[in-house]
Amino acid sequence: MDIDLKSLSLSISKYYPMAFITPASAADKYDVIVVGSGAAGGQAAYTLAMDGARVLMIEAGRNYDPRSETPMFQTNDAAPLRAVGTPDKAFGFYDATVDGGWSVPGEPYTNASMEHGREFKWWRARMLGGRTNHWGRIALRNGPYDFKPRSRDGLGFDWPISYEDVAPYYDKVEMLIGVYGSNSGLENTPDSPDGCLLPTPKARIGELLVRQRGRRLGIPVIPIRRAVLTQPLDHRTIPAKLHPGNAKAQRVLAEDMQNRAACFWATACGRGCSIRANYQSTTVHLPPALATGNLDIVTNGMAREVTLDPAGKATGVAYIDKTTGLEHHASARAVVLAASACETVRLLLNSKSNRFPNGLANSSGLVGKYIMDTVGADWGGQIPILENLPPLNEDGAGGEHVYTPWWLYKEQIAGKLGFARGYHVEIGTGRGMPGGYAPYLPSSGGRTTYGARLKQDARRYYGSNVWLTGRGEMIPNADSFCEIDPKVVDKWGIPVLRFHWKWSEHEIRQAAHMQRTFADWIVAMGGTNRKEPDPDGRKGIEPGGSIIHEVGGTIMGAAPATSVTNSWSQAWDVKNLFVADGGVFASNADKNPTLTIMALAWRTADRILDQMRKGNF
Amino acid sequence: MNTPEPIRIDRRVAIKWMLTASAGAMLIRTPSFGGVAPETAASAAGRPATGYGTDPDLVKGYKPGDLWPLTFTAAQRREAAALCDIMIPADDHSPSASAVGVTDFIDEFVSAPYPDNVRDGKKIVDGLAWLDAESTRRFGAVFADASAGQQASLCDDIAPEEPANPDLKAAADFFKRYRNLVASGFYTTPVGMKDIGYVGNVPLARFEGPPADLVERLGLTDEVKW
Repeated sequence: MDIDLKSLSLSISKYYPMAFITPASAADKYDVIVVGSGAAGGQAAYTLAMDGARVLMIEAGRNYDPRSETPMFQTNDAAPLRAVGTPDKAFGFYDATVDGGWSVPGEPYTNASMEHGREFKWWRARMLGGRTNHWGRIALRNGPYDFKPRSRDGLGFDWPISYEDVAPYYDKVEMLIGVYGSNSGLENTPDSPDGCLLPTPKARIGELLVRQRGRRLGIPVIPIRRAVLTQPLDHRTIPAKLHPGNAKAQRVLAEDMQNRAACFWATACGRGCSIRANYQSTTVHLPPALATGNLDIVTNGMAREVTLDPAGKATGVAYIDKTTGLEHHASARAVVLAASACETVRLLLNSKSNRFPNGLANSSGLVGKYIMDTVGADWGGQIPILENLPPLNEDGAGGEHVYTPWWLYKEQIAGKLGFARGYHVEIGTGRGMPGGYAPYLPSSGGRTTYGARLKQDARRYYGSNVWLTGRGEMIPNADSFCEIDPKVVDKWGIPVLRFHWKWSEHEIRQAAHMQRTFADWIVAMGGTNRKEPDPDGRKGIEPGGSIIHEVGGTIMGAAPATSVTNSWSQAWDVKNLFVADGGVFASNADKNPTLTIMALAWRTADRILDQMRKGNF
Repeated sequence: MNTPEPIRIDRRVAIKWMLTASAGAMLIRTPSFGGVAPETAASAAGRPATGYGTDPDLVKGYKPGDLWPLTFTAAQRREAAALCDIMIPADDHSPSASAVGVTDFIDEFVSAPYPDNVRDGKKIVDGLAWLDAESTRRFGAVFADASAGQQASLCDDIAPEEPANPDLKAAADFFKRYRNLVASGFYTTPVGMKDIGYVGNVPLARFEGPPADLVERLGLTDEVKW
């Protein structure tokens, strides 16, 4: 063991200056209220607090401390049921989700239809840091095409901003959170400037094979980008780049960066990270924001309504203290909604007034419209070349090391594919920690193997499976939206969301293309497909929402009639109300949305600071 | 269909595999399972209404029985252990399944309050009851008391996934489901992980990637340059 874990945990134990408050101890008025504490809320609060704004964050879940609550080295036999998923913990016992999953006790949502292909699944987490505690850490930039999709192929919507508007914020977020990756120069897959990225981890043996055989099919495999520290962040130079002219912010950030350890190449990121080697809001955004003394956090606060003054300006947020059931009100000069795309929609639609009888900021009627998820379809196979390998430690960075960006732009724009948008491929290989699902044990001559043969087979086949996961762009459509269910309320009496969902032929054909391509890839690796993929993509596509990349519902646009927010994520109807989460996405590129959420949240926070300095609210 | 091993995969995929695996292990009731009481030991003992909840302590270690009562009778437990060790016997590399607590895991599984466990647990308990009844019919002894040869002949009759005698289909499905549970339980223990060649879960200063000789042997030397 090269690392002294005891001294490591001592060195990181000092990092949390707590500023958690109760509703009774909240200040009379803040500069900004941020609803939500995940990627969007964390980034918005960080940027605002580091620049001196007084911020109140309201989080619906409980406080969560990754230092003491992360199961870093626990083996699956130390968990109930070998840590497999249950209705209480759908992604497994050790998944860093508290009081959440596909259902949250006492906080239902409904579907207009449960027909195949019409259902929407909504993953929530009720904990500080939200879903950033368990996310896959895949941190891809949208490319130039992704902000102007309608201009390119006539479908969906253009954003009112371009890649160039967001690029400086991608740079800053990458430097702040720490992202490993490399520049490929591939089409619509932006490079990062020098100094933004950390070194990529070496590929695992199976990943090398996937790369070799992919090349034979014309499919590129390159290092993926994930928010994991492969080396410590450069605390000497980065703070000054991120906070020029702000000595206090530089000092706070430099100190905090030194308290984040680099990855020690063990334990899956989905458990969270007690040594702060990967990004989660609770380990990266909130500690320095709290250290400024400018951030107060109320946990167990369920936001119910954004309140208004007679002139139609937001005055604050009414919220329920879940520990007492009592309602409280917090006041601020500006309000940032970062509750996650659909929860933000719910809050707006439940904020009705004489001025906004159809919900706040909804003069366009578009709040809740154009919800998008990522298209998901997978395929896997067993690869004889990878049998009987010697023992290898392939834990690596706790997730993928390589991936395939979308590679058929030219064929697609030429109309050769039958679907308009692309997908990337997340590549799963390796000798990961055995979980509570039986190892790969093929039947032999139609018989269930057991006994001595089982043990031999388990050794032979362990590590010889490859799983290819397609993640593709969905085009927004009028049949995929959410609204307030007229009949159902949650345990706090707050009306809940009802979802409507429909895939278009673009997504269905894309899913079929994924599985066909992956099945061919398995054969190219020398594997055999246990069955052929169904040419009907309806069979392979995952249900809406199940990739947990839901965005839209408060989309940004160039005009108040066709969008909810402007190019600054500012509500057209309420000038001191902003949306920082994925709700503002006008399209949902195949790239995982989290990095873009953070870049836009930083940009929006900069705008709020600018407007406050000018006295505009 | 076989349940692939848990490679480094997307969580959603893992869930899907789990669902597929349990669907594949669906037992079809046949007359040969007749005579088994509809109440399982677990349900008769009165299951707790809930599991570990949505906010369990993830850091502490748990043993079967800590969170919900185990429900095997002494006789079921003896039989389950015998079948565990037929599935995974001791060899030169590692001990048998029952020696590392897999019987306790099976008991935990069939006793758990979650809907999948209630459904599959009944199938396991019913399958064990069938196995005892069949062993008694054939050999005049319950399964645990049958000779090794008698146990093997019975297992070999239900090892085919599509047995020639359709009356044995439910027993064959039970056999495979049980085999998969034993393998899950065994290969998640430190002993099982060592046997299978999992050498991770230790902190490292560097991640070196695969050794050059292995890369060369698999013809992948060109692939390590990016």
